[in-house]
Amino acid sequence: MPEPAVAIHQLVHRYQRAERAAVDGLHLSVARGEIVGLLGPNGAGKTTTLHAVLGLLKPTAGVVKVFGRSPLSERSLVLPRLNFASVDVDLPSNLTVAESLWIFAGLYGVRTRRQRLDELLERFELIPLARHLIGTLSAGEQMRLKLCKALLNEPELLILDEPTLSLDPYRAQKVRGLLRSIQRERRLAILHTSHNMQEVETFCDRIVFLHQGRALAEGSPREVLERFQSRSLDELFIRAAETGELFDAA
Amino acid sequence: MPPEAPSRIWAMFQRYLVLHRRSLIRAFDIFFWPVMDLLIWGFVTLYIQEDIAAGSAAHLVVFLIGAMISWDIHYRGQQAVTISLMEEIWTRNIVNILIAPIRLWEWIAASFLYGALKVGIVTALLALLAQWLYAFELLRVGWAFFPLAANLLLFGWAIGIFTAGLLLRFGYAAEALIWGIPFLLQPFSCVFYPLGTLPAWAQAIARCLPSTYVFEALRAVLQGGLITWTVWPLILGLNALYVALGIGCFVWLFRRARADGRLGHLGQD
Repeated sequence: MPEPAVAIHQLVHRYQRAERAAVDGLHLSVARGEIVGLLGPNGAGKTTTLHAVLGLLKPTAGVVKVFGRSPLSERSLVLPRLNFASVDVDLPSNLTVAESLWIFAGLYGVRTRRQRLDELLERFELIPLARHLIGTLSAGEQMRLKLCKALLNEPELLILDEPTLSLDPYRAQKVRGLLRSIQRERRLAILHTSHNMQEVETFCDRIVFLHQGRALAEGSPREVLERFQSRSLDELFIRAAETGELFDAA
Repeated sequence: MPPEAPSRIWAMFQRYLVLHRRSLIRAFDIFFWPVMDLLIWGFVTLYIQEDIAAGSAAHLVVFLIGAMISWDIHYRGQQAVTISLMEEIWTRNIVNILIAPIRLWEWIAASFLYGALKVGIVTALLALLAQWLYAFELLRVGWAFFPLAANLLLFGWAIGIFTAGLLLRFGYAAEALIWGIPFLLQPFSCVFYPLGTLPAWAQAIARCLPSTYVFEALRAVLQGGLITWTVWPLILGLNALYVALGIGCFVWLFRRARADGRLGHLGQD
């Protein structure tokens, strides 16, 4: 049986001088070809979890494996198989769209660079902007470019932090559709955070509700709604954020 | 003056002051530059005084121009390594690089190459300008200039790796240090004056720096003398030590930044 894309056991991370752990005993797995959404209010531990998966932090305790390997000690085996896009991480504003993608294609060792760039620019409708400086693009255009960069190396695991936050509803829907089609074509695993509950409900196969570093609920969006007798994830989100608890209807 | 003006001025004053309360590095920046200026210009003045008294001031201009061009090799080398990293932090692109399958040494090697290219271009330009404006010929030093310059560049890289590590660990708070550290070494590197100008305590520090021996050798050649071959193992040995220390510190600071979870937040603090 193949290793899951992501396997997290008893993850704990406490930042220096923090009163409580940002992530506190989290278990999480993402199967190949599965889309998992991490939900929770600000400070719930979503970004810390993503950073642990990306090998950007060494957890205080616990084990993180990506395709069965450590993102800390086996970086060179793990990193070529994943990629990342975040609303908080930019591409260099002083490069053009094409230059930036060309350089990242080099970093990821993409063999048919020109072809891959053209294919992605076309899919994300960025061809007319290829020679524009990134700093002159709108927030939505920049996010589409970040997604292009995140797909350059044909990753098996895509980590997305609020990917549609800066997109208008029309573009957001198009991007979700595009990601869905790429995900199906390539059995791509996606670990995704978002505060857009409608998006999570339609886009994710499974969700994990986090609060103060702990998982309060886990399952498909439908299962979670039924289990906690909630009409929408929005309502459930507010309930969890207010009380820090979710009580099982059963 | 509108009645609200004092309150607004006070608010902005506090806005600047509060930064120093939280960061020792920023506080250090206030005192650092005036103290370094005083040290450098104080020792240069002492040296000029001694030379005038000894009636040998004619070569001073040659020394100072040669020293200025050579110091720039060290400084640009250090800055190229650090600014390459700083550029990624300024543009909030650092996380994209850190999660790409590039090894740290490959990244450092790229910044070394970039540094060497910049140093080559700037040194050639300065040499041409100095020849045109001051009739100063850099190649008066002879072919020995190239290994001496290469060692200054190597020392610049060693310091650059260390300051790059500081950036990873402390983010923007370390910005003052990356500009300041080369100038912290400048008074002790005997760039503009010979080792003998320094007081004994400063000479002890100067003898631990490869740059001191490079500048002493440059002055010896510009005065028409020769470089003693015994100085090369000393320069190379010290450089090897500083490069090893620079890499060691960088790796340690990188690991500390990763353990503290700072890497993912670089550029956002």
